Order: sequence, then C-alpha cells, then structure tokens
Amino acid sequence: MLEKRKKVVIIDYQLGNLFSVKQACDTVGMDAKLSSSKEDILNADALVLPGVGAFMEAMNNLQILDLIEAIKNKVNNGTPIFGICLGLQLLFSKSEEFGSGSGLDLIPGIIKKFPDHIKDRKIKVPHITWNQVYKFNNYWQETALKELKDFEFMYFIHSYYVKPDNDSCILTNTNYDGIEFCSSVIKDNIFATQFHPEKSADKGISIYKNWALTNNLI
Amino acid sequence: MKTIRIIPRLDIKGPNLVKGIHLEGLRVLGKPADFAKYYYENGADELIFMDVVASLYERNSLHDIISETAKQKFIPITVGGGLRTISDIKEVLRVGADKVCLNTAVIKDPELIRKASRKFGSSTIVVAIEAIKEENGKYLAYTDNGREYTGVDVFEWAQKVDELGAGEIVITSVDREGTGQGFDLDLISKISKLVSIPVIAHGGAGKKQDVVDLIKQDSANAVMISSLFHYHFIKENESKVSSKEGNVEFLKQKRNFHTFEPCSIADLKSTLVDNKIECRI
Repeated sequence: MLEKRKKVVIIDYQLGNLFSVKQACDTVGMDAKLSSSKEDILNADALVLPGVGAFMEAMNNLQILDLIEAIKNKVNNGTPIFGICLGLQLLFSKSEEFGSGSGLDLIPGIIKKFPDHIKDRKIKVPHITWNQVYKFNNYWQETALKELKDFEFMYFIHSYYVKPDNDSCILTNTNYDGIEFCSSVIKDNIFATQFHPEKSADKGISIYKNWALTNNLI
Repeated sequence: MKTIRIIPRLDIKGPNLVKGIHLEGLRVLGKPADFAKYYYENGADELIFMDVVASLYERNSLHDIISETAKQKFIPITVGGGLRTISDIKEVLRVGADKVCLNTAVIKDPELIRKASRKFGSSTIVVAIEAIKEENGKYLAYTDNGREYTGVDVFEWAQKVDELGAGEIVITSVDREGTGQGFDLDLISKISKLVSIPVIAHGGAGKKQDVVDLIKQDSANAVMISSLFHYHFIKENESKVSSKEGNVEFLKQKRNFHTFEPCSIADLKSTLVDNKIECRI
C-alpha cells in the first residue's frame, strides 16, 4: 500500500506574494497547497506561515478568517510550523506598537521596529538586503539550516524584528548596520526565519528541503 | 553589516530584452530568459524587469516572463512599467513578482503610494524617480522613460515618496543612463541624505571603478546596472544575441561598446570585495 503523502498547508491570509513559497515547496517535493480554510488547517500535517506586509493587517485577516485558534491548537498539539518573515513575527506574544496579546502568542517575546538612527548616524529602514546569519545556538546541525555555513548570506526585507524573552529559542542572529537581531528561531515543533529562504537561491531552498526532511514531509 | 546589492536591470519590449541611451532609442539585444538565467547563475542579488513601452499604451505585457522567471530563480524579482492601479499591482504580485516599481502613476496620484504600501507592505513598493538636470542646475522628475515633463522637483518628490510609505527609491540619472560616463554622485548623495529608506542608484555605470566610486561615498544601498552586464553577456554568448528582430546592426558593429568596459556580476563583486565593500559572493 502506498503511504499517504503528508499534507502541507501554506496559510493564505490574503497578504503579499505566496507564489515563490509555493514554488519552493513544490521544488523540494512537498505536497503543499495554499489555503485560507480552517478545515484545511485542522487537517494539515504541517503548516507554513508566510508573510509580507503589516503585522496588524495580518492579525486582522487571520481573525476575520477565524484561523487564530485553529493555528494555535495545531501548533500546541505538535504540528510542525515554518514561519517566514512576518510569519515569524506573528508567532510572538507582543508588539512594541500594539501591546501584549497582539500576536499568536506561541513564543514569548516582543516585536520591535528598527531605529531610524543611532546617535547621529542614520539607519535605512526597511532592512532590504542579503545579510549574514550566524550561529547563536549549537544545534544548528540538527535543524533545517544544516546545509548553511556559519555566516551564510540570506535575503532580508523587513522593518521589524523579534526579541525573544528567552534566548534558548534563538537559532541565529544577524547584524544590520550595528544592530544585532534574532534572524531565526526554533522551539519544539516551531521553526521560523526572519529572512526569506525562498528568495535566497540554492541555500535557501535547502532550508525548505531540510525542514521537510526533519519533519518527514517528503 | 550593510551589504550592497547588485541588481541587473532588464528592459523589456514585447518579447525582447532591449537597451537604449538616456532611456531612449531602444535596441533589441536578445531573449530576456537567457539574460535572466545568466545573471542568476552569476550572482545577481535581485532582478528587475521594466516594461519600457507599457506606459505609452497603458498595458503590461510582462506576465509570462515574470512567471517563468519566478518558477526557477529563487531571488527577489521587481517589476515595473505601466502599473497604474492597486489591481495592476496585485496581478503582477500574483504571477510571481516580489516588488513593484512605480513612477508615472504615482506622480499623477501620490496617494497611490500610501494605499499600495498599506495594502501590500512598504517593502513591496519601490518608487522610481527619473531625474533630468535642467540648465539652471535644478533636477526635475520625468516620467515615461524621461520623455514626459512633470515640473516636479526631484528632491521634494523623494522626500514625499518617503513620507507616503514607499520601501525603496530607484534614482535614475536620465542624463547618464546608457552613456557609461559614471554615476551622478551629487544627485545620489543628496537623495540618500534626504530620505530614511534605501536608495538604489541607476544610470551611468561604464566600468567597475564607477561602482566602487559610488559605494565609497556611502550613499547608495544598491546599484542597478544594465549596459555593463548586457554587453558582457553578448560578448560571452554571441550565438544567443538576437539576429532576426529589431535594430541589431549596432551589436554586430560593436561600436557602442567603446565607452564601456563590460564585466560580469562576479567580476564586479570581486572588485568590490577588493575595495573592502561588503557584498554577497
């Protein structure tokens, strides 16, 4: 008997470009579909939470689509989830701008905006560029980042970053013009990157592949 | 770290990659897909496709080219040319673009910047400013590839673009574009000081040193280049250069190359690194 393929749902909360996320999942052989349906999410074997755009608009859309409790329940019950960019930020509990309880509250921590200057020096925001990710914790080799070398370049495009309450979930950090921030996290079944692996050429695609492999999705 | 991005710019007319001088006098160089593939493999940090005739006819014929590129090339893709409305933007994002580049439409209706950046996120909205230096030294913004006079002051406009929520500005010196005479360093430096968002410099790169000079003045966050890379591609891949369509006589004569010292993206990046400029290699 053929083993049933694992179903991956890319959560479509109607913001931004999901084309390349879907393309990256297809390229590594995942059975992934875009969906805004609660039922699909509840039936999924794994979730991808992508994201471009504004935090509150994203949370509002998730609320309107009635997906917040479904996502939280799934993740709390052990379903693997892969958050990307805004998708990483949504996993956190509070935002500097919008207060506590504003995110999905799966990882304790706060979402902050990059400062527009440090002393007299201007910082250009958004942070849009390829930048290096470097190890913060040592279990890199057991994660989806295992094919990356330390200080690998990945593509970033964001104005906000996360500051987890507890350092133990920080997988990598990145330094933008003197500001060090958390660029990926891992906590039990949650894995998330501030950068866009689907925009980071072959090494980025290796992250999709290794996430799928570590979770037996392909 | 502040890493400089190198962005090849592909001007598209119908099915062809074209190149002009001062954004005008377009000549057919070949198939966009051949150039895009080469640049991707050669270390391009992003790609930008501009439908250079779209503004004239208010249409956008790039969709197939974008989809095909986005299926195989996992780097950011920006698309511009003829995008007028929120639904035009939505459509190119749907077929695979990551960012859109707006000019004519936002000069006519600046509020479109605010609406689009609210809807799609600031980082998705790039505004292109085509600057021409007037005889009195003032820089004015033009649209439609430097053809249409708007009377808008470039520096005031750049600040407004920033305030309205754009994520990046592409500043094109139309006077330098396609000439290989080097970047307009004053223009780019002044714009960069005025705005809080990243600035992409475009127009004038004729040799590697031009890019080094630009980055050393610490103003541009990214560089957009076409001729320098296109002419290198043509030298390396003569069989792929268009021989049937359009005005290709100049390519055969190679007479336009003399102001340029063509190089590959990898060459340029290694020169940048030698000059202690951070970039992804």
